[in-house]
Amino acid sequence: MTNRILAIIKKEIKQIRRDKRLLFVLFFFPVFLLIIFGYAVNYDVQNVKLAIMDNDRTATSRKLIRSISSSSYFEIVEYYENDKRGKEILDEGIAKGVMIIPKGLEKDIYSGREKINVQILIDGVDGNSATIIQNYSLAAIYAFNNKLNQEVSQKIGFKITPPIDLKSRFWFNPLLETTIYLIPGLIALILIVTAVVTVSLSLVREKELGTIEQINVSSLSIFELLIGKLTPYVIISFVNAIIILIAGFILFGVIVNGSYVLLFLSTLLFLFASTAIGIFISVISDSQQVAFSLATFVSLLPATLLSGFIFPIESMPEIIQWSTNITPAKYFIVALRSIIIKGTGLQAFWEQWLYMFLFATVFLLLAMIKNQKNLKNL
Amino acid sequence: MRTILHIIKKEFLQLKRDPKMFAIILIAPVFQLIFLGFAVNMDVEKVPTVVFNQDNSKTSREFLEKFRGNRYFEFVEQVDNYRDLQSHIDNGTASLAIVIPNDFEKKIARNEVADIQAIFDGSDGNKASITAGYLQKIVGDYSINILKDRKGKRGRFITPVGQITPEIRAWYNPELTTRIYMIPGIVGLLLSIITLILTSLAIVKEREIGTLEQIIVTPIKPIQLILGKLIPFAILGFAAVTIVLIAMNLIFGISPRGSILFLFSTTLLYILSTLGLGLLVSTVSKTQQQAMMLAIFVIMLPMTFLSGFAFPIENMPPIIQGITYLIPLRYFMTIMRGIILKGVGFTELWFDVTMLFVIGSTVFTLSILRFKKRID
Repeated sequence: MTNRILAIIKKEIKQIRRDKRLLFVLFFFPVFLLIIFGYAVNYDVQNVKLAIMDNDRTATSRKLIRSISSSSYFEIVEYYENDKRGKEILDEGIAKGVMIIPKGLEKDIYSGREKINVQILIDGVDGNSATIIQNYSLAAIYAFNNKLNQEVSQKIGFKITPPIDLKSRFWFNPLLETTIYLIPGLIALILIVTAVVTVSLSLVREKELGTIEQINVSSLSIFELLIGKLTPYVIISFVNAIIILIAGFILFGVIVNGSYVLLFLSTLLFLFASTAIGIFISVISDSQQVAFSLATFVSLLPATLLSGFIFPIESMPEIIQWSTNITPAKYFIVALRSIIIKGTGLQAFWEQWLYMFLFATVFLLLAMIKNQKNLKNL
Repeated sequence: MRTILHIIKKEFLQLKRDPKMFAIILIAPVFQLIFLGFAVNMDVEKVPTVVFNQDNSKTSREFLEKFRGNRYFEFVEQVDNYRDLQSHIDNGTASLAIVIPNDFEKKIARNEVADIQAIFDGSDGNKASITAGYLQKIVGDYSINILKDRKGKRGRFITPVGQITPEIRAWYNPELTTRIYMIPGIVGLLLSIITLILTSLAIVKEREIGTLEQIIVTPIKPIQLILGKLIPFAILGFAAVTIVLIAMNLIFGISPRGSILFLFSTTLLYILSTLGLGLLVSTVSKTQQQAMMLAIFVIMLPMTFLSGFAFPIENMPPIIQGITYLIPLRYFMTIMRGIILKGVGFTELWFDVTMLFVIGSTVFTLSILRFKKRID
């Protein structure tokens, strides 16, 4: 039995090796994309473009503007004069926000008025960035209030203390960089796409070219055929995974805090599950076009959008949360983040391992059953 | 013209015979939109929080009461030691731990500064920083209340100068939901994927099966063949967009604020560039497998990540920002969001429309030239 599997593996590897262009795409692009995307994926909002309408034009209003522009969070792009222009600025996307300083700001401040409204209008289209900008502007104005308070109270020899000091500490990622959180997702995505797309074509191509009949009349069992087809791709993807992890370490300083053994075992399980989907698609498709479309819709989109890579699964409605189980990337990402960022052990993700294993088994079984039926129809 | 019509007919006939493909093109996008539309949500809500209340006083309980009914936080457990707190954060059962030290009440009563410790799971930097903003607001409001109490007791001003109260309003999307931003993006993404899948295999398939030679020996000109092949896909792409837009309206209640006519004409411009890209892939590939890998790695993945769909382009380093100018979906994304969410038109979007036209016609011409050369 092992001999026959080995023969299939050999044949498959020969076929892959003959296609130099495919090999190049297979090994070069995953790393290349990781490099570009690794730099592209982040939510670190900085230098928010801000336009200002200063109706007060006093020393104090200028001080407020200076205090806002001196941080690296805001970049003032324009001073404008009337409301119409303000609308234009937001409509055309010249700035992400406009701040309107009311007339009489200085007077109100020094007469001790309790509430002085400074209006800030934010382009809310991108809700996530807008929330962050909102937090920044709140913090900037509170900081200005405090500074002014302290200055004035020092002058009149009166000390005020804030009643509560909030001490925030951020574990695992003290600088709150978003890249380190997103890179595991990127790794999972690139691996699953490579694995599913290459494998999904392997059987269907033989169907389209008619060579499948020759295999069917041979003494090979379906199990042997599938395992033989799957193994070379698991090996290729595994090599890919190693290259990607090394690139991630060198370029983005993604340091693995946990155990390498767990990391590699998780990767292997994940590749096993991904190739199983590929095999299943290959069995149910009649043409490469159908296989390609299915592979894209089953691997690429869910691994991008449903895996928790970009959009947190907790924020999804219940039914959709349940449907996220269609992609093994979901489990792999949890395991990868635990190992790489938190450095936790198997107790944090043993469920993920179990799921990935079940996933692979179910899809392989389905593929075998389906294939058996096809054989009987011949 | 007649020849082109014949090829169009032939392509549709072929498609009709392949019901799986037909279903994938027209039905899958709707399902995708439904699933993905509900999934794309980055709103940070119900952050699982554990509390370690060392003080257990009236004041500390009063402070914690402020979190009740707040949609951003959800208390999962009260812990009474640091070890439990750490295991919650390690295992991901909580993303935030609030620690109130045992002298909290005493210090506030004595007008001293009381500490509150907040420990965040920082691995998701975006979520952590948004959560920190929410927490800051609760603590800030509570502090102001304490100050006001003191002021009331002492009967004089606690602050010598007036306080600026920021009045923040978000335009276009006042609730700051992220879904409304993502759904037009998904429409753009789905359209690109469908047209790409169709065209990238169009020519290479005939070559692999060997029917391309048969076509070449007929008097059909390359340009006729290409138009005949692409027009059906353009029609299908349009059909898919229309279906998806209707679904977007029915399911998510999002309807374009701007001109629908403008939306469809820019869609045509965009389809021009995706069809051109697909055709280019199809003419440079020898096998369908190669074509698919190229389509995915060179076009689809960059489109997903560099178009500003999920990751804002402004946040990227300058070099990567430069690369995004080559991605047609970048412009289409801006246009879709502009028309659907902001209700703006050509005056605001002229740059993106022009770029789309330039890229579309360049790619299209290139692919036709390349195809002609191959045939000769």
